[in-house]
Amino acid sequence: MRKRSLIPILYIAFLMLPIYWLVSMSFKTTNEILSGFSLFPQTFTLENYAVIFTDPSWYWGYINSIIYVSLNTVISVCVALPAAYAFSRYRFLGDKQLFFWLLTNRMAPAAVFALPFFQLYSSVGLFDTHLAVALAHCLFNIPLAVWILEGFMGGVPKELDETAYVDGYSFPRFFVTIFLPTIKAGVGVAAFFCFMFSWVELLLAKTLTAVEAKPIAAEMTKTASSAGYELGLLAAAGTLTIIPGAIVIYFVRNYIAKGFALGRV
Amino acid sequence: MKTENQKAWFFVLPVLLLVAFNALVPIMTVVNYSVQETFGNNVFFWQGLDWFEQILRSDRFHAALGRQFLFTFLILIIEVPLGIIIALSMPKKGFWVPVCLVLMALPMLIPWNVVGAMWNIFTLPKIGLLGYFMNDVLGVNYDMTQDPLAAWITIIVMDVWHWTSLVVLLAYAGLVSIPDAYYQAAKIDGASPWKVFRYIQLPKMKTVLTIAILLRFMDSFNIYTEPFVLTGGGPGNSTTLLSIDLVKIALGQFDLGPAAAMSLIYFAITLLVSWLFYTLMTKDDAQ
Repeated sequence: MRKRSLIPILYIAFLMLPIYWLVSMSFKTTNEILSGFSLFPQTFTLENYAVIFTDPSWYWGYINSIIYVSLNTVISVCVALPAAYAFSRYRFLGDKQLFFWLLTNRMAPAAVFALPFFQLYSSVGLFDTHLAVALAHCLFNIPLAVWILEGFMGGVPKELDETAYVDGYSFPRFFVTIFLPTIKAGVGVAAFFCFMFSWVELLLAKTLTAVEAKPIAAEMTKTASSAGYELGLLAAAGTLTIIPGAIVIYFVRNYIAKGFALGRV
Repeated sequence: MKTENQKAWFFVLPVLLLVAFNALVPIMTVVNYSVQETFGNNVFFWQGLDWFEQILRSDRFHAALGRQFLFTFLILIIEVPLGIIIALSMPKKGFWVPVCLVLMALPMLIPWNVVGAMWNIFTLPKIGLLGYFMNDVLGVNYDMTQDPLAAWITIIVMDVWHWTSLVVLLAYAGLVSIPDAYYQAAKIDGASPWKVFRYIQLPKMKTVLTIAILLRFMDSFNIYTEPFVLTGGGPGNSTTLLSIDLVKIALGQFDLGPAAAMSLIYFAITLLVSWLFYTLMTKDDAQ
């Protein structure tokens, strides 16, 4: 063991401490939490989880979140694919300006858009639907997906396209059977990022929903403020929101280093 | 070389329509509000640029903007060097690499309000691990609902916890792309570790670090949910960053005109600073 591997170990320990505390608290009873400090749960209980899995308003929060996040990931990646191809292969009028404009949407503070988004989606009749949140998250996810995919596509030599055309492939057939498999790591990484930013965002998701499509994160804030002492329940709900993210990272673990570089190393 | 092809616009059209729907309509709504005054009932009066003048002159805005710049500045000078140091000390290959990367990426996949709630639970005096440790073991008086300094330290540490991994992962991606031959050549030349870093590792990390700094700037400058859940902007106004102040004005007091003007100024500052960063960091490439 070299001395310098101490740094990543210490860093990971620092990352895990608050997560450990959240998980450990989710197995404690409310009495134990309020009665004082204990490093490990003294009276180990699954009661907090039982509440969540038996109350529809709780578990539907999870289902809602997963529905709109998946919907957003599919929409973002599907529309970003042809656009990224255009940006990586062709010059066209206004291409640079368009690309930059797309990226500026990544810079807009969500707080700026909260109220106008509410009015926009109410007026088109999509308020409180999963589609509304999925479409709203496209604002920052599509630019990101285009950016990532363009990076990966730029690494594929243009000769691949030309050879395919010479061999008599039509464009759609080339794109689906040859090009997509070549950049599948990029597609995975783009999907991962869309999932990530849609899953963690709350301000817009909360603004655009009331009952039917309410995300789990919003259910949590309600419980935390109205019954401020149910820390165990809050911790259990929080712990459950970590799991989907953990599963998704596990799948992309081998691409993660390259993926975070957005294909631009 | 890219070929000129105007039909490429058809490929871009779906993206353009979707993003324009989400970006242009709301931003025009904001522009509309920013030049009008309303007393309810959907009656609006032309106000011109009064709101902009009022915001730009208000002490409250200057204070929030100052706090926002201080926050973002601290985040960048802590997270970027720390991220590079951690990336440099990571193993290059082996079983532990994916394990480290997965564990490091975990905080970034936690919903932002859960991050705030988690740190709240973690820092509560008497109940939280950190709160208990500081107050009862070290004997330091630590309570971020009372002490502005404690609140500031907590939101900074929370953000370091949340986002340093982004810098680590990006820097690491740059590092692993360096061929071994470079290091061997440096060894033959007898280069010191600092020289290896300065002339081999840093240039290779430049592109990804540019992305890291830009993303960290934009996201820390626009931060809302985590500090809002953790401190609510308090104690007093000590941690009221720009977004928190904006939401207070827009949804708390329902002053739509000033809030809209503030939104546009806020967005303009983000754009301007991002552009400055981008131009400065890519200046050498253009030459």
